[in-house]
Amino acid sequence: MKRDIILAGVGGQGLLSIAAVIGHAALSLGLDLRQCEVHGMAQRGGVVQSHIRYADGPLYSDLVREGSADLVLSLEPMEALRYLSFLRPDGALVTNSVPVRNIPDYPDLELLHAEIRRLPRHVLVDAAALAEQAGSLQSTNLALLGAAAPFLGLPEAALEASLDAVFAGKSDRIRETNQRAFRLGVATAPA
Amino acid sequence: MPTRLFLGDEALAQGAIDAGLSCAYAYPGTPSTEITEFVQRSPEAQAGSVRGRWTANEKTALEAALGASYAGKRAMASMKHVGLNVAADPFVNAALAGAHGGLLVNVADDPSMHSSQNEQDSRLYTDLALVPCIEPATQQEAYDAPEYGFSLSERMQIPVLVRLVTRLAHSRAPVSVRERRAENDLSPSSDRERFILLPSNARRSYIRLLEKQKDFAKASEASPFNWLADGADRSLGIIACGIAHNYLLEVSGGRSPHPVVKIGQYPLPLEMIERLVAQCREILVLEEGYPYVESHLRGLLTRTSPILRGRLSGALPRTGELSPQAVASALGLPKSSGFPESSAPRGRPPALCPGCPHADTCRALVDALSAFGDRGRVFSDIGCYTLGAFPPYGAIDTCVEMGASITMAKGAADAGLRPAVALIGDSTFAHSGMTGLLDCVNEESDVTIVIVDNSTVAMTGGQKSAAEGRLVSICQGLGLPAERVRVIEPLPARHAENVAVLRDEIAHRGTSVIIARRECLQTLKRTAGRTSGKGGVE
Repeated sequence: MKRDIILAGVGGQGLLSIAAVIGHAALSLGLDLRQCEVHGMAQRGGVVQSHIRYADGPLYSDLVREGSADLVLSLEPMEALRYLSFLRPDGALVTNSVPVRNIPDYPDLELLHAEIRRLPRHVLVDAAALAEQAGSLQSTNLALLGAAAPFLGLPEAALEASLDAVFAGKSDRIRETNQRAFRLGVATAPA
Repeated sequence: MPTRLFLGDEALAQGAIDAGLSCAYAYPGTPSTEITEFVQRSPEAQAGSVRGRWTANEKTALEAALGASYAGKRAMASMKHVGLNVAADPFVNAALAGAHGGLLVNVADDPSMHSSQNEQDSRLYTDLALVPCIEPATQQEAYDAPEYGFSLSERMQIPVLVRLVTRLAHSRAPVSVRERRAENDLSPSSDRERFILLPSNARRSYIRLLEKQKDFAKASEASPFNWLADGADRSLGIIACGIAHNYLLEVSGGRSPHPVVKIGQYPLPLEMIERLVAQCREILVLEEGYPYVESHLRGLLTRTSPILRGRLSGALPRTGELSPQAVASALGLPKSSGFPESSAPRGRPPALCPGCPHADTCRALVDALSAFGDRGRVFSDIGCYTLGAFPPYGAIDTCVEMGASITMAKGAADAGLRPAVALIGDSTFAHSGMTGLLDCVNEESDVTIVIVDNSTVAMTGGQKSAAEGRLVSICQGLGLPAERVRVIEPLPARHAENVAVLRDEIAHRGTSVIIARRECLQTLKRTAGRTSGKGGVE
C-alpha cells in the first residue's frame, strides 16, 4: 500500500491541518511517512502546497514525483488545476468548488469547474457549505478531508481518531464541529 | 528506540538537545527558524537547563555560540543561508581559533528561493573556512548529525557546519531518538595562544588548521554519513549528496543498479570517490544547490577523464531545487506521465494581510512622495513590507539584503539623489540598520528613514524583535535629535496626518526617522487568544 498526495490551497486555508490529520492517521497505523510543508513568505495569502506520502514499505523522497500522485486534494478550484502534471492517469482530484479571489485576473469560475469535471476521476464539492452546515466555516478544510476520505486508503475510524488527537488542545465544541464537518464530507463521496 | 515525527529542523534540534546541548542562538530565517523554536519549546529549555535565544543577528548568534564553546559547553548557532554571509567573519575566524566545547553552525539553504533572495550554497563556505561539513540526507540523519558533529568538533577542536536544505528542513518523517547525554561541565579554555588571533598566533593557528585537513579527510572516509554502495551496472557511477540520494533511491526502487557514493560529510571522501571512478568511466553527480562536488572533481581542466555529468554539464538543471523527476531524467529513466498542464491557473503572489499596518504605511509613503515629482526613490529591505513592491502599492524601488535600505539610501543621497527614503522593519533595523543610521547621523546625510515597527519578526512567524519598545531611544542614542524622531500610527483614519509628517521629514535637509508603529495583526491575533469556531485552521 502506498499513497502519494498533493495538497493544494491558498495561505491561511488550513492546509497544514489537513496534512497533520492525514499524517497522524498514517503514523498511527504504523506506516512510513513523509510530509513536506511550505513555511515563510509563501504563506501570506499566496500559493501553498504540501506533499504527503505514506506506505507500508520504506519511502525515500520527501517530494512526490511528477505523474505519480494518487490524489490531488485542493481547498480551492484554481489551485487544484495547478498540479495536474503530478496526477497519475488513474489518479483522483478532490477539490473545494469555492474560489479564493484575491488576485485581479482570477479566471472564470465556470470554466475552472468545467475543466475539473472533464477529469476522469474528480470530486467537486462545496466544502464551505458543508462546513457552515456543520456549524463553522472554519471547518471547511475538514469537510473537504471527509470528501477525500475514500481515496486515502486509511480507515475512517483512524482519521476520526486523528482529528480529535490533532485538535486535542481545542474545546469540545470545536472538536465536535470538526467531526460533523468531516462526516458531512464523507457523505458526499461517490458510492 | 522510541519514534517521533519531526521536521528536519526539529530533528536537528532534538538531536542537539539529546547530544548535551547547552546554548542555542539564532536569528530567525526561513527555512531555519524551526530549529531554535523547537529548542525553546523543549522541556529542557522550559526547565532552564538549555538556553535557546533569538539574537540581534546571525553574527552575534555565532559569536555567542563560540563564547559558550570557549567556556566548554556544547553550543550552536542556526541561520538561513544568507545569514552565514552576515556571520562570515566569526565563521571563518572561529575556524582558526577552533572550538573547545562542541560547536555547530547550522545553516539552512533555500534552493529555488522559496523565501529568499538567492540560492547560494553554504558548502562553498567550507572551502573558505577550511572546516568539516555534515549534510544530512534524511530526518534521521538530521537527528544523528549533532551528536556526531559535537564529538568531531571537540575531538578536532573545530566548528562544524551542518547544512540543511528547504525540503529536509520543512519535511516531516518518523525519527528514532536516544537517551539524552549530560551537558558538558563548565571548563573555560585557558589557551590564549589559540584564542588570541594576533598575527603571530594566527600564523601558527593557520598552520595547525591546514595540518588538520588530513584528519578531516580521514573522518570523511570513515563517516557514518558517507558510503560506497556496489552496483552491478558499472556503465555509470553516481555520486549523490544529501537529499539527492533520496531522489536517487526513489526513482531506482530503493536500490540503484549503478555503484553509488553517498555523501553526507565533507571534505569530500576522495579515496571513496577514487574507488568509484576506478570502476566507472562515466560519473553522474547529484547534488542540491551549486555544482559544488562536480566543480571540485572537474577542476579547471575539463578534458580530463572521467566523463563527469551533473548540474554543471547540463545533465541536471543548473538552478532551482532538484526533484525526483529531474534525477530520473538525468538517469535516462522514462518520464512518468501525468495529465497535461492546465493553462487556467494564474500567479498568486503572497500579499500583505488585510488590515496590515505596512499597507497603510506604504500608501502614506506613496502619497507623501507624490509631492516631490517622480525623482524620489524608496530603498527597502527584507521583511513582510517587501510585499509593498506588488500592486496596488508599488511603494518600493529596491530590496537587496538585510540592512541595505538605510545605507543604500545614504549612498544615493551622497550621489545627489533626492528624496532618498529608506523603508525598514523594526527587527531588520536591530539586525543591521543601526550602524547605517549612525553613518547617516555622523554625516548629516539627507535621508528619511521609515522604520515600520510591528513589534515582531513577522515574516518568519512572530519571533521577538531585538529592539522591541526601544526604537526611539536607540535612534536618539545614536545621535539623532529628538525632533527628528517622529512616531506615527499607520491607520487608514490617520492617513492625511501621516502623509503630512512624512512630507515634513522628506522636505527636511538631513537625517530623520519616522517610526510607523502598529502591532502585527498575526501576533495580535495570537496574543488575543483563539476565539471559538476557529476549529479547522492551523
